[in-house]
Amino acid sequence: MSSGEKYVAAAYGVFLVFVLVWAAIIAAKLSRLERETGELVRLARARPATGEDADG
Amino acid sequence: MSTSKPSLKALASLAVALAGAAVAMIFFIAPEDADQGLSQKIFYVHVPIALTAYACFGLGAWKALRLLQTRGERYDFESYTGIHQGTIFGALTLLTGSIWAKASWGVWWTWSSNQLVLFLVLFLFYCAYFMLRFSIAPGPQRERISAVYALFGVALIPVSFFAIRLASDFIHPTVFTRDGPQMTGEMFAAFCTAWAAITLLAYVMYRTELAGKRTDLNLRELREMLAQ
Repeated sequence: MSSGEKYVAAAYGVFLVFVLVWAAIIAAKLSRLERETGELVRLARARPATGEDADG
Repeated sequence: MSTSKPSLKALASLAVALAGAAVAMIFFIAPEDADQGLSQKIFYVHVPIALTAYACFGLGAWKALRLLQTRGERYDFESYTGIHQGTIFGALTLLTGSIWAKASWGVWWTWSSNQLVLFLVLFLFYCAYFMLRFSIAPGPQRERISAVYALFGVALIPVSFFAIRLASDFIHPTVFTRDGPQMTGEMFAAFCTAWAAITLLAYVMYRTELAGKRTDLNLRELREMLAQ
């Protein structure tokens, strides 16, 4: 690989790595949001039962 | 999400298709530069990234102006996300520019080029935006101070963009002059395709990041409501 080819590969590689890292960060964030949404659904389902106990 | 906006999936697919077309045009259709040789191919990724960084900073400033005009809370998130994208693309501009400088000039950086130094100043100015923003408690005061800071930075964009034309060193190449683009038709077509792909990719990233931040905020509010 010539010197010019190495620099071109490095420049395009930097951009590709950035896109992949960004996709990984977004995937991790999506996974966290999914987990948190699940927790909130469980919390919301538990609430009416607590309310009935308090009323009764 | 508004139904009037094109779907994120369609835009992301278009960005990927454009990126594929751009790579094919850059390496198989656009001729090699007689002066710089193969290293000139870095131009097709470096310049669109730099222009996208300017656009993102501009978008952040525009949303900041809308926040100050209307006091609409949503503009704070939009301005913040635009500046965040601009900073990421700014860092990429500096990285790809450094690689190109090493390939063409034999140095990673030169302080004698006004274009480089002014872009670094613009980048550092917006890096400081995050320090300012996160040093203030969330609320209307933080929104307004961040918006004013974002608006000040936008003045640096034309200075940075036109510095290359006003500078006397001529180290940094000037491709777009008053006579039009100084390149062949194939090179210009490859450049435009790469520019469209990277701009669209940045827009997809902007909308994705914004949706994530809004969902995060909604979940936090929901948790507080359920905890009561």
